[in-house]
Amino acid sequence: MPEPMGFYTDTTVCIGCKACEVACKEWNQLPSTNGGVNTLSGDSYDNTRKLDGIHWRHVKFIEQFTESRKDGRWLLMSDVCKHCVHAACLEVCPTGAITRTEFDTVVIQSDACNGCRDCISACPFGVIDINPASGVAQKCTLCYDRLQVGMEPACSKACPTDSIQFGTIRELRETANQRVAKLHETGEKRAYLYGADEKMLGGLNSFYLLVDKPEVYGLPPDPKMPSRNLASSSWFSVLGAVLVGLMGMINFRNRGAVRSEEETQP
Amino acid sequence: MNGVPSSTFFSASPDWGWLITLYFFFGGLAGGSYFLASLIDLFGRPEDRPLSHLGYYIPFPCITISGLLLTVDLGRPERFWHMLIESNTYRPMFKYWSPMSIGSWAVMIFGIFAFVSFLGALADAERIPWSAWRKVHPPSLLGRCIAVMGGIFGFYVAGYTGVLLAVTNRPIWSDTPLLGMLFIVSAASTSAALMILLAQKSRWTMPGILDLHRMDAWVIALEFIVLIALMISLGPVFRAWLNAWGLLLLFGVIVVGMLVPLALSWRTQWLGDWNMKTTAVLVLLGGFLLRLVIVFSAQGV
Repeated sequence: MPEPMGFYTDTTVCIGCKACEVACKEWNQLPSTNGGVNTLSGDSYDNTRKLDGIHWRHVKFIEQFTESRKDGRWLLMSDVCKHCVHAACLEVCPTGAITRTEFDTVVIQSDACNGCRDCISACPFGVIDINPASGVAQKCTLCYDRLQVGMEPACSKACPTDSIQFGTIRELRETANQRVAKLHETGEKRAYLYGADEKMLGGLNSFYLLVDKPEVYGLPPDPKMPSRNLASSSWFSVLGAVLVGLMGMINFRNRGAVRSEEETQP
Repeated sequence: MNGVPSSTFFSASPDWGWLITLYFFFGGLAGGSYFLASLIDLFGRPEDRPLSHLGYYIPFPCITISGLLLTVDLGRPERFWHMLIESNTYRPMFKYWSPMSIGSWAVMIFGIFAFVSFLGALADAERIPWSAWRKVHPPSLLGRCIAVMGGIFGFYVAGYTGVLLAVTNRPIWSDTPLLGMLFIVSAASTSAALMILLAQKSRWTMPGILDLHRMDAWVIALEFIVLIALMISLGPVFRAWLNAWGLLLLFGVIVVGMLVPLALSWRTQWLGDWNMKTTAVLVLLGGFLLRLVIVFSAQGV
């Protein structure tokens, strides 16, 4: 059994080249947006816009500038499926199409998915969407086919700055912690790891080094499992059913009793 | 949280639209009508039996429509059976912790109950010549067992949809535990309204109609309380309803679908013969708008 594998993305060295996006699209043969007739988003250099069924990598461009634009910084981040240890999509999938692989990654089996879209609403990161070409939900597989033959995922292989690093989770966490310590030493005290430990959904097998709040990068500060509501919601539903049942019994039985009394009176 | 009231605001919309809204409405009518019909059978008077028959006529067509709506809404409708059978192993597919998985089984099982009771009610009303089917209709022991089991499955189908929405990570849906309860109560009120409307159309005068009308007023009052509690439970997420959907919820669902029907139930002389019919139509409209607002408002966030 191989060790859990994943990505560590150091956003401080991302240059926004989108090589990861291109490598992902090429390797996974994902179709272009609108048949290649894409329009500009007007949102910085981001014309991919979001992760979806045909974009399994998405480089985010966050501009933090003063009004005069004399001072400021770029935040760049290559986003991808987090391959959560406790995966919300896998939890709710009613067809069993979403599975955990021997590498501890999360994969949607396209031949089993029927496009119910429950996983889309369950994912706290907004990663999954329908691929219009196949009609089923799709997302990053962490290049499961490449992993099976000992190859590195296409995106991390293509990354020219090692912003995206691939390896065992144990090694990646060591590397990431050393990098955070080094950044703190050099004065970048805002650096921290997002999703590297078990506190967040049991650990994200694709975790990040960030230098601002998660929501600035479009990441939820406190992602949760959908099943947190299952028990409470079910019990309230039972309460509703009991109350309606009682109302029915009182109305129908009571009137029946009144009527029998009327009938028995001389 | 950088201007965002909940972590649920970072999830993506599943694009469940009109088909799912209609399914929630018809599924509620199917389950609620069966539940009310079994209540009338088990606790009502013998002269109210035509009303219980009516209650059993509604679920089968409604659950059939529901199944079709659910199938058509899939990205790959020809794979609808993957909900019930694992496509790789051909073993039963069942995840008790996934509301959609249990719901798929519940819709199928309830469909069988709805079909059996549909034929049982037709036979009991002597509308079909197959007298043997009367055995599956109360007051026989078998009929009572079927009514109880079907009623439970019916209410499950009516309510699991709310639980399904709660077991996601979408704003509003997963920010309250009360959607399932609201859908169950609303299913009861809309089903009672539909039964009253159909009974009025047939010019029936059995006393059970008045009982049903009174019960509906109680249920609408409960629905109003649950909806207000739901709004409070949303906390800061409530601001997601400060838009056109919120207005539709306020005027379409609360005023037109709840408060006006309650007022009409209280002041029965206001519209004379049209009082009961008007109340029923407004409750049905309010029930549909409720599902419309819940489904669409959370997806626009």
